[in-house]
Amino acid sequence: MEGDLHRALGLTDDEAESIEQLLGRTPNHLELAMYAVMWSEHCSYKSSRLHLKRLPTEGERVLVGPGENAGVIDAGGGVAVALRIESHNHPSAIEPYQGAATGVGGILRDIFTMGARPIAIMDPLRFGPPHDARSRWIATGVISGISGYGNSVGVPTVGGEIVFDDCYADNPLVNVLCCGVLPVDRLVLGQASGVGNLALLLGSSTGRDGIGGVSVLASAGFSDDVEAEAAKRPNVQVGDPFEEKRLIEACLQLLDESLVVGIQDLGGAGLTCATSETASRGGVGMDVDVTAVHRREPGMEAWEVMTSESQERMLAIVAPEDVERVLDVCTKWEVRASVVGRVTDGGRLRILDGWDGEVLADVPATTLHEDAPLYDRPMRRPADADRRASDRPPTRSKPDSDAGADLLRLLRDPSWVYRQYDHQLFLNTVVAPGGDAALLRLRGPGVTAADGRARAIALSTDGNEHWCALDPRRGTALTVAESALNVACVGAAPVALVNCLNFGNPEHPEVMWQLSEAIDGMAEACRALAIPVIGGNVSLYNESRGRDILPTPVVGTLGLVEDLRRRPPGVGLVAGDDLILVEAPSTEPRLDGSKWAVEVHGHLGGVLPAPDWEAHRHLLQLVAGWVGAGTLHGVHDISEGGLAVALAEMAVSSQVGLLADLGHSPSAAELFGEAPSRVVVSVAPEVAERLEAEVRAAGLSATVLGRAGGERIVVGGALDVGLDQAVRAWKGALPEVLAPLSDA
Amino acid sequence: MSARVGVVLFPGSNCEHDVVEAVETLGGEASLVWHGERDLGAFDAVVLPGGFAHGDYLRPGAIARFSPVMAAVASFARAGGPVVGICNGFQVLTEAHLLPGALQKNRGLTFLCQPAELEVVTGRSALTGGVAPGTRLVVPINHFEGNYTCDERTLAQLIDEDRIVLRYVDNPNGSVGDIAGITNDAGNVVGLMPHPERAVDPMSGSTDGAVLLSALIRAAGRAASPAPATAR
Repeated sequence: MEGDLHRALGLTDDEAESIEQLLGRTPNHLELAMYAVMWSEHCSYKSSRLHLKRLPTEGERVLVGPGENAGVIDAGGGVAVALRIESHNHPSAIEPYQGAATGVGGILRDIFTMGARPIAIMDPLRFGPPHDARSRWIATGVISGISGYGNSVGVPTVGGEIVFDDCYADNPLVNVLCCGVLPVDRLVLGQASGVGNLALLLGSSTGRDGIGGVSVLASAGFSDDVEAEAAKRPNVQVGDPFEEKRLIEACLQLLDESLVVGIQDLGGAGLTCATSETASRGGVGMDVDVTAVHRREPGMEAWEVMTSESQERMLAIVAPEDVERVLDVCTKWEVRASVVGRVTDGGRLRILDGWDGEVLADVPATTLHEDAPLYDRPMRRPADADRRASDRPPTRSKPDSDAGADLLRLLRDPSWVYRQYDHQLFLNTVVAPGGDAALLRLRGPGVTAADGRARAIALSTDGNEHWCALDPRRGTALTVAESALNVACVGAAPVALVNCLNFGNPEHPEVMWQLSEAIDGMAEACRALAIPVIGGNVSLYNESRGRDILPTPVVGTLGLVEDLRRRPPGVGLVAGDDLILVEAPSTEPRLDGSKWAVEVHGHLGGVLPAPDWEAHRHLLQLVAGWVGAGTLHGVHDISEGGLAVALAEMAVSSQVGLLADLGHSPSAAELFGEAPSRVVVSVAPEVAERLEAEVRAAGLSATVLGRAGGERIVVGGALDVGLDQAVRAWKGALPEVLAPLSDA
Repeated sequence: MSARVGVVLFPGSNCEHDVVEAVETLGGEASLVWHGERDLGAFDAVVLPGGFAHGDYLRPGAIARFSPVMAAVASFARAGGPVVGICNGFQVLTEAHLLPGALQKNRGLTFLCQPAELEVVTGRSALTGGVAPGTRLVVPINHFEGNYTCDERTLAQLIDEDRIVLRYVDNPNGSVGDIAGITNDAGNVVGLMPHPERAVDPMSGSTDGAVLLSALIRAAGRAASPAPATAR
């Protein structure tokens, strides 16, 4: 072994030894560098693969499941939907703008690699407390990066989340989901085939940026040493949305004209990943001439070229007779293209110094892609789990506060964030960010359903680190339940799910236990609701200063509307309407792990409510049916913040007050407690009786809460705040902390 | 025959498909024109759509004004043909000196994508012909550099010559005189920051943009020669 080289590259001694065994000789520097990036946690999922197998991945609509660049669902009418979620947590901690921007760029390439036109982005974001200057710097930088890249590249950002918690202070979570649309017959997979075919590198030149991004940066935690962390900044890539925009248009034209055999994006692990994965998937080998790679600077070593994570690059496998036509298309779009590889038989990935030059590396392609170590890391239920479960939250407001003041603290309008994102491009956006879920017409430039049906897709991203801290299994199950209910609130049926599993250091047995439990909770919920998991991402080593983040599995749920006839009613009220609470019969909202307990009392403990899957399935169908039929004037799922926050959000969104009366003075648990399977609807009084009958017939419970109208938000005996005051608190919450000097 | 609208596609444009769709929804014919094109003879009106032409590098519109198509756009405009620049297209028209003034960064220094209430100021333009001044319309804006500015003399001239096409009711970006759109002295070249194509289909929440694009299609129809469409 070459001394400490493998350790500097992020490989353990055991891993270095396995490489030597696989090759039957000592690997050289270049080979070691290639294994180091491909066997990194980020690329190989070596700590999580064992557990991910327990997720249900099959369904009749699934065309492509986990393991490819994106999952793909058959939406009907010859149209398919590609969906993927990724994390760019570590780069965003070091360089917020570029970290977030390149996160967007990377996931777009994953989507158009499948032959799909990216039509929507969602950004679930988690930051440290906004009163902390560094967290504010990270948050505003990330939001600007998403805005700067996403708007310019021309893909609308239609939703997401923004959450603040102390645990993300030095390690923000910047997750990004992308959805694309394609004709079913344009679906392509990232594989090479046809010995003698050529590999073309398209797009940006290759530079020294992002070297070791997946290994040094993404697969290690952050230390206390601020300067050492800042020194990782060159490991972060720099994005160029204009290059990406031209690359998208060029690649989609190549796919439309059937000029490529296979195509693969260059993301983490760069050219090493793209060449070894395409060769491995296609059961072939590849010769790569490292001198043919167009470069940004002179003097780059072969290992730098092979592991660079320079952005905006794609690898296309092309038959020799089509190369000229491919180059023409690239010239039109001002995309650089170089022939860098040749498909060979025999399964070896060889890196050459010129076609007839020295062989710099020679390894079986599959060993990079498939032979990464698989770890069954030790797991342990945290020692304080029982103590935390028995630590129930307070049941009253603080002495100097009351329910009204608590409510105002919990209201937060995300529009200051999403107004910075183009969320309307392509004219598909029917429900914009800020609703329970985004709703988009399912089509894109050049992609429409053959049968003329007006299909639509709903997207919701959801995570709840506080639920998952109390109980990662049940917390994750409840997160899936909520996500499914969100898409139902815009009239859609959930058809697929992707996940981004953000956890701490997998070498801590408690973190592995959290991960394993979360996967089991997700599997339980997805089986119960018949939602296949079609892809995912695992982000580990989210820790700083020796402290792991709270377990934060984020799910992205895709819903389908078969025939969109009207705009959903949205989160709102109509004066004079009846307000009806629809819920599972056994529901008992709890303050344990609730937003109220955490944000008002700083308390995190207790036991989560249990889901009733049968009731939840009925509720999903009922709500989506009402929305599709135009029965409702307003609908909102009750999630974080409980009934009080749900009612107040409906009021402030529509600027209509309400008067609710539960017949008694409600407790904090009734106002702010959280439980699955609950929605509030606003309906015309003459519809109420029929609706209640349908609720009872479905085995659910309906409670008339009161009436919409007036200038106040009143829940009799407990809560009374002016609508104006609530609107001000809601609208001001984010700009006051994130843009205190702006005129917003 | 229906009006033929050419929608210019620069590398980095991104609203071109949306404009084509909106024009066709409203009964016009629309097709894309690559930025390398030098002849616009096949069209009765030209739209420069929104997006980030040439990446907005240097300044929005600063490179696009040198695209070959811009010489053709200038001739088309000189001949009286209707030309409308939407958002980035407006920026390109100011850089090309087909319209006065410039668009600088929004007052709040953030990108803004939100509905904007507009007031039609003049009915004497390719985008507002037949629309009563004072008409209020809700149309989305979507820009970082939408803060219109010009010197005082130009502003006075725009006002005196009735060349302000649209004003914001509640100025979102700091534009001088609340200006959302202007026209040239002949009224055939119009630039505006709001996106009328995003407010045509009822599913999007507003159809007010149709008022403006329909006026453009009417103007294009008037510009069209009476010869049959087979001339294409």
